Amino acid sequence: MRAFINHSSTLKTFINIITFTALVGAIALSVSYGATKVPLETVWQAVFRFQPEIIAHQVVQELRLPRAIAAALIGAFLAVSGAIMQGMTRNPLASPSIMGVTDGAAFALVIILAFYPAVSNLGGTFASLIGAGIAVSIIFIIGSMSSGGLTPVKLALAGVAIGALIRSISSVISLHFQLEKEIGFWMAGGLDGANWNAVKLLTLFGIIGMLIALFISKSITVLSLGEDMATGLGQNNTLIKILGIFSVLILTGISVSIAGAVGFIGLIIPHIARFIMGKDYRWIIPSSAIFGALLLVLADLVSRLVNAPFETPVGAITSLIGVPFFLYLARNSGGGSK
Amino acid sequence: MNTVKTKKRNQFIWMMITLGIFIIIMFFISLSTGVIQITPIEVINTLLHNGTEQQALILFDFRLPGIVLALLIGAMLAVSGTILQGVTQNDLADPGILGINTGAGLAVVLYIYFFQDMLSLTGIQSIFLMPFAALIGAIFAAVLIYLLAWRSGINSIRLVLVGIGVNAGFGAILTILQLRMDPQNYRQVTVWLAGDIWNANWNFVLALLPWALLLIPIAIYKAKALDVFNLGDEVAAGLGIKIEKERGILLLIAVALAGAAVAAGGAIAFLGLVVPHIARKLIGPLHQLIIPISTLIGALLLMVADTIGKNILAPSEIPVGVVVSILSAPYFIYLLMKAK
Repeated sequence: MRAFINHSSTLKTFINIITFTALVGAIALSVSYGATKVPLETVWQAVFRFQPEIIAHQVVQELRLPRAIAAALIGAFLAVSGAIMQGMTRNPLASPSIMGVTDGAAFALVIILAFYPAVSNLGGTFASLIGAGIAVSIIFIIGSMSSGGLTPVKLALAGVAIGALIRSISSVISLHFQLEKEIGFWMAGGLDGANWNAVKLLTLFGIIGMLIALFISKSITVLSLGEDMATGLGQNNTLIKILGIFSVLILTGISVSIAGAVGFIGLIIPHIARFIMGKDYRWIIPSSAIFGALLLVLADLVSRLVNAPFETPVGAITSLIGVPFFLYLARNSGGGSK
Repeated sequence: MNTVKTKKRNQFIWMMITLGIFIIIMFFISLSTGVIQITPIEVINTLLHNGTEQQALILFDFRLPGIVLALLIGAMLAVSGTILQGVTQNDLADPGILGINTGAGLAVVLYIYFFQDMLSLTGIQSIFLMPFAALIGAIFAAVLIYLLAWRSGINSIRLVLVGIGVNAGFGAILTILQLRMDPQNYRQVTVWLAGDIWNANWNFVLALLPWALLLIPIAIYKAKALDVFNLGDEVAAGLGIKIEKERGILLLIAVALAGAAVAAGGAIAFLGLVVPHIARKLIGPLHQLIIPISTLIGALLLMVADTIGKNILAPSEIPVGVVVSILSAPYFIYLLMKAK
């Protein structure tokens, strides 16, 4: 995709500021709308002049605000994970949900729920990090063992197969322990469990993951031009890849442990960011974060309004948005040459 | 030349007989295992109307229709996968991966969703109508995938990728619909979508039987066209095959088989993918021989998976589709690693 703007970093900064403002607006909307509507004025008061005896203030402070912030953070993390994966593998279809990473994290959580139900939030998060890590390792082992490496198509197919396999094992465990409804809802993706504790965990892990992502963003740009060129420029590709995978694991793992399987954000957003910002990952990564946050906050709002007072899983909403885009990419990258 | 042909024919016949024996053995194992064990001798006695009333009830009303359904569904999905792989010239094609199963599943869920109050689900008409609903969904999915993958021709890799996308889209719509259902239907649909032979009764067998008995022989009869496709479109046209027409008919058979199978067995993935590969390994590239062998292997595989699912964690049952995935996804990954 050719960049929309090529030179002016002032313009790029300006676009990021506008999107960020839109994000703040979307968070305000998300806090305001829901099963009961809270006027924006009350939202403002609840945030800046909180009075615990007013119920609307409590709803905002205890339920809606943490949820909206969690949505923004998770959207940002998934989008950045996708951007890193696409940059490192030079594969337009790479993303946490396509590559089975989300299923791996989900699997670990199912095991925790089944065998150690008393585990703390932090424990659950670590488990999902390990699960995501195992899934990524499997994909890379398959890639290194298959003839001709992992082409975009093979990657998508391997992701589908590993995802299906892991999901099957998860569902055996959940059926045996009669957790299917709990896990079914959680797998579909949703933010209804997001509270201030979740926000704290997200922030803690997110700072580490995002700092690494920003730290290696320049090297990812070089890597995305081709591995030989990167080596020629004296870059330690193995180190960059290890750091990249590590930050993907942290960002995806924490997101999945809180919101379940939210698909397609990591796939679409990096493309949009690249389209607007160009090839430089020092721009792509921060923009992906802002765009991803905006998309998930809005998707979460839709998920609460579309069938109110019941919630539609946000993962279903993001899938519906993402599928046409995936199809477009599949048409263009999947078969032109072969 | 002739001796080679006779040798191949003998090999084919022996293979069919061996698979048949396996199926019969597995059939009796499957009939005798379950929460209530019935020894194989008691099974034979009961089948000869010499068993106790309780044994007769368990066998005739519960286990037998379930096993016959497993045989039918396994055979239908396997043949569907064989045809799809032959027509698209893609080793990785299968009704599950291409999204045809999910399309059929979505149609069935829509049907249940809109008519659940009007018809009782186990009622006779609704059982016979379900394969048709599934068929419409399967055809819709197939046409959609074909159109979306068409870009001055069909490229088999693009077809698979588009299938994955369509699959995900239908999946999202299914999730939304499911959550609007009442809890009981929700659970039923969830289990069914994972691939489960639920409500196994003789009506389902009767609803499915004509599809299998009609379409599988037609598939075998049309198998020559699949062999010719192997040579490439130009050679096929030179040999006087009307390519597009034959391709259309074969695709329709594959889609109809998958659709009807999904109506009774839910979205069982990977079966249609793996079985044709095993059959090709066993008997070589001729589709006239592959399709009958696939039929039997598919039936056997699903019966084995069904028996495992019913017994390994008894008294809770694992949906048969889950067992099939666990058994065959590793094989798919192996194929993927080998593919150039």
